[in-house]
Amino acid sequence: MYSKILILRFPKTEVEKPIVCYLVKDYDLTFNILNASILPRKEGIMVLELTGTRKNFKEGVKYLEHRGVQVQNASQEIKRIPKRCSHCGTCTSVCPTGALSIQRPEMLVDFNQTKCSVCELCITACPTRAMEVRPSNKTFFK
Amino acid sequence: MKKHKINKSYQDINKKIKTGDVVVVTAEEIIDIVREEGPVEAARRVDVVTTGTFAPMCSSGAFINFGHSVPRLKASKVWLNNVSAYAGIAAVDCYIGATEPCEDDPLNKVYPGEFNYGGGHVIQDLVAGKSVYLKATAYGTDCYPNRMAEKEISLRTLPSATLCNPRNGYQNYNCAVNLTNKTVYTYMGTLKPRAANANFCSAGQLSPLLNDPFYKTIGLGTRIFLGGATGYVTWYGTQHNPSVERTNKSVPKTPAGTLWVMGDLKKMSPKWLMGVSMQGYGCSLAVGLGIPIPILNEEIVQYTAVSDEELFTQIVDYGHDYAHGISKTYGQVSYAELKSGSIKFRGEEIPTVPMSSMVRAREIAEMLKRWISKGKFMIGEPQFTLPMK
Repeated sequence: MYSKILILRFPKTEVEKPIVCYLVKDYDLTFNILNASILPRKEGIMVLELTGTRKNFKEGVKYLEHRGVQVQNASQEIKRIPKRCSHCGTCTSVCPTGALSIQRPEMLVDFNQTKCSVCELCITACPTRAMEVRPSNKTFFK
Repeated sequence: MKKHKINKSYQDINKKIKTGDVVVVTAEEIIDIVREEGPVEAARRVDVVTTGTFAPMCSSGAFINFGHSVPRLKASKVWLNNVSAYAGIAAVDCYIGATEPCEDDPLNKVYPGEFNYGGGHVIQDLVAGKSVYLKATAYGTDCYPNRMAEKEISLRTLPSATLCNPRNGYQNYNCAVNLTNKTVYTYMGTLKPRAANANFCSAGQLSPLLNDPFYKTIGLGTRIFLGGATGYVTWYGTQHNPSVERTNKSVPKTPAGTLWVMGDLKKMSPKWLMGVSMQGYGCSLAVGLGIPIPILNEEIVQYTAVSDEELFTQIVDYGHDYAHGISKTYGQVSYAELKSGSIKFRGEEIPTVPMSSMVRAREIAEMLKRWISKGKFMIGEPQFTLPMK
């Protein structure tokens, strides 16, 4: 089972048509709408969690894009900007998962992204603002 | 009879630097050399020991002369990128302090404040070659009639810019814990309640003043690494307090001596002067500083051979005591213990967190070593050394 939170942007020509219901009907996917609104200029924006098999998920996203819906991955990840990191170690006091740790004896600050829970505590704890949160660039299967 | 078996003068060492015969090692490398060869042999062979430190140093700032405009103006208030600089000096001079926050910063109104931009960041932007927006206001005089000036400045076009830090390179610093029941945000970092972490801020065995505990070679005129360029020790720093308790190796067990340092900002680099934001506390500047210690005799080499196991500091409560001016120690720990990742405190293992970059400290000591070995950096003989009381 595959599940992702997506941000969908509907152009104003599509906003009044039934679209997401076909994800269930034709692609055997389930969804949970987390937020939806129609902007003043009639474009629609929807945040939805989409769940199904990998294959169906991929087909479903393809269908949405075919209908003119812009699909964006809403998941986020923490990245380190190497140039800004001075390896002081301050961040290790707040990191709850040990993703940020100190490599000894060099005293080098190591960032293991696979351990990161994206709690974002390091963002403001880092004195030189070397940590940033950004949309995950892993776009499904493309 | 002479007091020491090895006696070298500053001139002897500088002559060796010029001819390329000088032997330079870092304050970490000297530890094993003295251990293996003994101080006399080490002092005979090694001429200079380099140190380094890179950490937030709040008492930092820069004097900036921004040049005259037409008509002339005698600035009474100056802002650089909306950060207030002190302008109560001559017409177009000002002092931008590292901890001054940006005018529209919400400070701690949204607690803990982020303090994303301040004086330290202005200094980093300047040395990075970025353009900085200057605004100056004045009351107007007969000789300086202008009331307001605005312009973009950059380090390259400024008539002069001098880094002038009244207190840097603290000889030793506290280890901070929080004994209260709520998290506190301090200049020693975020301290979790009930002593859940212990923060410390010193380069330990690489730290400049811990390698020359009695300031036998450091004083006015000592040439140093400062912000990526050459700088000088120009005075003893504010709060310089050498009369503290010391170990049998003569090293202070609490914060002691400090340095007043200066250098040409125009030659410095943004890698070694970094604006920092301390959550809930404020802005500051992380300064890269390194001092070469000339090995004049075996006594001095013995001082530089001090290791993290022999360097101690005190555990201080920053949750309550520090804020209320209570100087009380909750125990003594060595830098070797602090750097190991955890210390034993009240029967429990608690994680330790460094605030001072050892990686950068080592890099500074290595850079100084390279500069001296290549004959690009001479040892500055002090006019007088820092006071011992």
